[in-house]
Amino acid sequence: MKRICILALLMFSTSHAGTLDSVKKNGKLKCGVSTGLAGFSSPDSKGVWRGLDVDFCRAISAAIFGTPDKVQYVSLNAQQRFTALQSGEIDVLSRNTTFNLTRDTVVGINFAPTTFYDGQGFMMRKKDGVTSAKELDGASVCTQQGTTNELNMADFFRTNKMKFKPVVFESNEEVNQAFFKGRCDALTSDKSGLASERTKLKNPQDYVILPEVISKEPLAPAVRHGDDQWFDIVKWVIYSVIEAEELGLSSKNIDTFMKTTNPAIRKFIGLSEGNGRALGLSENWAYNVVKNVGNYEEIFTRHVGNDSPLKLDRGLNRLWKNGGILYAPPVR
Amino acid sequence: MEKWWDSVRSSGTLILMNKRFIIKLLLFLAVVGLLITPIYFLTKNIEQQNISTGFHFLSQEAGFELSESIVDYNSFMSYGRALWAGVINTLYVAIIGNTLALVLGVLLGVFSLSKNFLLSKFCYLYLNFFRNIPLLLQLFFWYGIFTDVMPAVKRATPFMGIIFSNRGINYPWFSHPGAIAVILSSIAVSFCLVYLVKQWAQKTSLRLKIAPLIFLFLLVEIAQIELILRFFPLEYPAVRGFNVSGGSSLSPELISLLLGLVLYTGAFIGEIVRAGILAVDNGQWEAAYALGMTKIQTLKKIILPQSFRVALPPMTAQFLNLTKNSSLAVAIGYPDFVSVANTTMNQTGQAVELVLLIMVLYLVTSLSVSSVANMINSKILGVAKR
Repeated sequence: MKRICILALLMFSTSHAGTLDSVKKNGKLKCGVSTGLAGFSSPDSKGVWRGLDVDFCRAISAAIFGTPDKVQYVSLNAQQRFTALQSGEIDVLSRNTTFNLTRDTVVGINFAPTTFYDGQGFMMRKKDGVTSAKELDGASVCTQQGTTNELNMADFFRTNKMKFKPVVFESNEEVNQAFFKGRCDALTSDKSGLASERTKLKNPQDYVILPEVISKEPLAPAVRHGDDQWFDIVKWVIYSVIEAEELGLSSKNIDTFMKTTNPAIRKFIGLSEGNGRALGLSENWAYNVVKNVGNYEEIFTRHVGNDSPLKLDRGLNRLWKNGGILYAPPVR
Repeated sequence: MEKWWDSVRSSGTLILMNKRFIIKLLLFLAVVGLLITPIYFLTKNIEQQNISTGFHFLSQEAGFELSESIVDYNSFMSYGRALWAGVINTLYVAIIGNTLALVLGVLLGVFSLSKNFLLSKFCYLYLNFFRNIPLLLQLFFWYGIFTDVMPAVKRATPFMGIIFSNRGINYPWFSHPGAIAVILSSIAVSFCLVYLVKQWAQKTSLRLKIAPLIFLFLLVEIAQIELILRFFPLEYPAVRGFNVSGGSSLSPELISLLLGLVLYTGAFIGEIVRAGILAVDNGQWEAAYALGMTKIQTLKKIILPQSFRVALPPMTAQFLNLTKNSSLAVAIGYPDFVSVANTTMNQTGQAVELVLLIMVLYLVTSLSVSSVANMINSKILGVAKR
């Protein structure tokens, strides 16, 4: 039913150019998030959405409105996300979505820079005694419908000449229930997602995540084709978060830089003008982003790093200077 | 004088016709406009966003596996093939489900009118219970039976060679693929034999009782089964590695989908059958009894055929309901057409095309089922008129 509604929206929604104007007019950003993935986007006990993906929505809101709270979250499953974006039901999709060629072209969306470099893995019950994904011959594997995980899984078993039985569900909840109740031997998803699901359990120590990473999963926010200005804004908000970490700016110390002579920082926080006008935003947009949401390190640590139950290692998601692959072009 | 009147009358009708014609034309244009406007906006929006259109994706490699398929399928094959496998899976559920639901429904309908207090009350309770709980909930319940109640596959013990576990029901089956054809043909042969014996007995006016005939038939069957098992041994399922292998199996998804659909739709069909029986005039019962027919004979020969006439149209609707409800399979992971189409939609981004395909498939199945039912219906009505 929801699918039909979205299709109907696609029929009747008119031109999409001018997303920035319509966001300003509505006074809120419509941001597509997951149906609940701890650390990335899930509502807390008070019903407030939190997570790494959510923080990028907040950052965009801060860049446009000066405050991070003008966001309306639309919770979408894997299967609805692209149609929701195409039809204009949301302005930006920030929902642990893998960047790949098909989606970037024929699906009609543009991917902003990657906000989290991930890879697909397998989670097993510890008592099965499996230590490598190469031992999974004949296993039943649960995964969510319409994800890149579904394809990678088939490729992995095919290349390793192993048999498997996929069990796929439309909703993520169903997938996890089926695995934890024993319908499947393994659960496959992005490794961060597996870690996130494990934290929800009463007995996380009974489950292991196998060491193999079977795919590249660059998770990136996305916007629809046909509005370059909006694409630029989303892109540079993400870059500004990464650049802030590189410049040593954080939500706590950014106010101490108001009299700085460092030209890169002056340009970044809008003391010397130009960036804002180029993007169609106020000159202090990047200041607002960092002041209200923080730099990449703060966001990471808060939601998926050491300050969170997930305790993920930064790995590839370190700055290029520190051995990772996060690299922002100059914000000038 | 007459001519003058005529011309006025005819021109009057002409004007009237014209008025009607103009209204009709306007209505027609409005409807066409209503149909065309969304299509116009749709194509414009799609073009603007550079979303690709067309059905050429159908020949691309699908790259995903299906958990079960009746036709041969693997991830090397095309999206078209995957969707075809989904169509067959849907039809499979629809055919088995509708047959079982019909049997269950007739039994429920007949028994709910039984004089036996326990039986009729049970049927009454059943009908009201299953009709009033949402189907999706029932599906989750039956699926839950497998995931929560059935033993884990490694702890499952065979019962008469059958393994019940949270991976489904695995039962012994012939390892040779040709075995089924041999069995079916041998059963057909033995039926022919029995028929010939009966014919011969009638010709020679030998009075054979039915009991020895059945006995003879069973004897032949047992000998046949022995022989077949000698040549095509049964393969027993056993737990190997992660899962059960050997024999044949029914997945938890298929069983819970069928259970849910059959028990739910069966209740509706039961109500329809009951109404159909009640619609037959009481005089028919009395007349049949007066002829000395037993109750079962009356039901079989007089009442059910007549009630069928009343029951067929609403029953057709129930068959269609079951077929369409089978798309709830997505919720419990059975790869029916909608489920495969959903996956394809997400991997290719061709939402419009796939929603169109889904609509066409259900339209075609619904129309063909109802046209068959209409044919039967008109035949029955024709017989009744005669």
